[in-house]
Amino acid sequence: MSLLTKSATELASMLAKKEISSVELTKAQLENIDKLNPKINSYLTVTHELALSQAQQVDDLRAKGESLPALAGVPIAVKDNLATIGIATTAGSKILQGWVPPYDATVVKKIIANRMPILGKTNLDEFAMGSSTENSAYGPSLNPWDLTRTPGGSGGGSSSAVASMQAPLAIGSDTGGSIRFPAAVTGTVGVKPTYGAVSRYGLIALGSSLDQIGPVTRNVMDAAMLQDAIAGHDAMDATSLPESLGSMTEAAKNDSVKGLRIGIIKELTGEGFQKGVSEKFNEALELLVAAGAEVVEVSCPSFQYSIAAYYLIQPAEASSNLARFDSVRFGLRVMPEGAATVEKVMAATREAGFGPEVKRRIILGTYALSSGYYDAYYGSAQKVRTLIQADLARAFEKADVLVSPTAPTTAFKLGEKQEDPLAMYLNDIATIPANLAGIPGMSLPVGLAKEDNLPVGAQFLAPAREDARLYKVGAVLEKILETKWSKKMMDFAPELKVN
Amino acid sequence: MTEITPELVRHLAGLARIEVSEAEVAQFASQLALIVDSVATVQAIANDDIKATSHPIAMSNVFREDVVTPSLTQAQALSGAPESDSGRFKVSAILDEE
Repeated sequence: MSLLTKSATELASMLAKKEISSVELTKAQLENIDKLNPKINSYLTVTHELALSQAQQVDDLRAKGESLPALAGVPIAVKDNLATIGIATTAGSKILQGWVPPYDATVVKKIIANRMPILGKTNLDEFAMGSSTENSAYGPSLNPWDLTRTPGGSGGGSSSAVASMQAPLAIGSDTGGSIRFPAAVTGTVGVKPTYGAVSRYGLIALGSSLDQIGPVTRNVMDAAMLQDAIAGHDAMDATSLPESLGSMTEAAKNDSVKGLRIGIIKELTGEGFQKGVSEKFNEALELLVAAGAEVVEVSCPSFQYSIAAYYLIQPAEASSNLARFDSVRFGLRVMPEGAATVEKVMAATREAGFGPEVKRRIILGTYALSSGYYDAYYGSAQKVRTLIQADLARAFEKADVLVSPTAPTTAFKLGEKQEDPLAMYLNDIATIPANLAGIPGMSLPVGLAKEDNLPVGAQFLAPAREDARLYKVGAVLEKILETKWSKKMMDFAPELKVN
Repeated sequence: MTEITPELVRHLAGLARIEVSEAEVAQFASQLALIVDSVATVQAIANDDIKATSHPIAMSNVFREDVVTPSLTQAQALSGAPESDSGRFKVSAILDEE
């Protein structure tokens, strides 16, 4: 078991010193997946052979004395909305069941170039629409802390895999919190980089003005190393930032928060947040203050409109992006009874292939974009976006980073919110503003809520392109907490009983 | 309360090329009415003086060199197609018989 609980950073160092081989590590990881995945459902596809052959290649190169990237040989899980040559890619949808992409996403290419064995593809809410993985056509993933609860969504496959030692690292995508919310409820670290920091080429698009790919890990340094491995300009993504944001690995070596100004977002604390969540969040702030940080209160009044704006913009963009599932070029085709025109085939296919949440959002998005409603809905939502950016710009004059709890509650029970879309949407209240504004955000575990012993996450936000600030403050807070607990967050997790 | 009628749901689903059952129409109509009411609150603060933001980090004139680079082969591009014929995607009739 010991290899499995180690961080990617520790594993990378052991591999470099040849204390372990990548094949040995990858085998141990796959064995644990074979044991846990039938119950937890983190992976939709496990790529045993591919992972082992990639691991063997790294070991061979290392034996020859070749110089290798920092994470070479450390295995990784990839969210199933990223295209992978030769590996089924479903986006959690029936409409893509059995689709095997003929190309790799840029992030996947980078993982391969970094010589990281790919363990498999992780579960998600269909097309990343959801906060619990209950919208996956292939069943929900379970939270390793309590198997009756959600590991968050949409990236609950990646978060549950990393939290249950089925992978040391995973890739997620975050449109409204799909990396950060799952991280918060599973006691893991999740980062949404600045919009454009990581190429989205090959990511099955949800909301193109919101989507960003990022790391899912068990500690801050691992996340930093993974962001460094996947970030960078890509001519294949027109929204890709041309400039480098610097080394996150260097930022994560920071050991001081003296003089750092931390802004508490007034609108994202207090009322509406579970008591144990607020308590752990406040404790973390006190620890940062004791370490020399300065806390100020900031106000972002437009945040009260962020969920409303998001649930216009994202469905609108999704309705357009998902038009590509047309039963012609890839994926499912369902032939209706009687004389079939291409239009009827398309409608029958989309009826059979999309789940209820996807249909709901496509219809909502189509409504928001309809002539006569466009200005009132989509247009107004885009104006809210401007106001949120202005609020944040003012807040960042007073503070270097902003902070709030990542989510209002700890992990909720599977089934609890499935019949109530609006209640489900509220989970994202603290994470959505970062997507609307394009700024980076990190969720970091800060302990367990007293009332239910479940993980609580704190979210740090930084101005666009200042991702390094998140790693600087995250690294220090993580160290302070681990010193206080005399253990790591994951050491609190209950033993998994899967039989 | 915004009225989302069954006819409107059917119309929107039609525009989005999704066949919907009667049960779905009824369910979506009531759910969407609630959701639309909630999201319509954006109108409360959006006035004419505020500029719209379409992309959070605006970039313009994103160009690359106009050079031919390798791309998918015809066989690769067709590899996921439900049906193909002679190197092309095969579909049902585009036009109705009417």
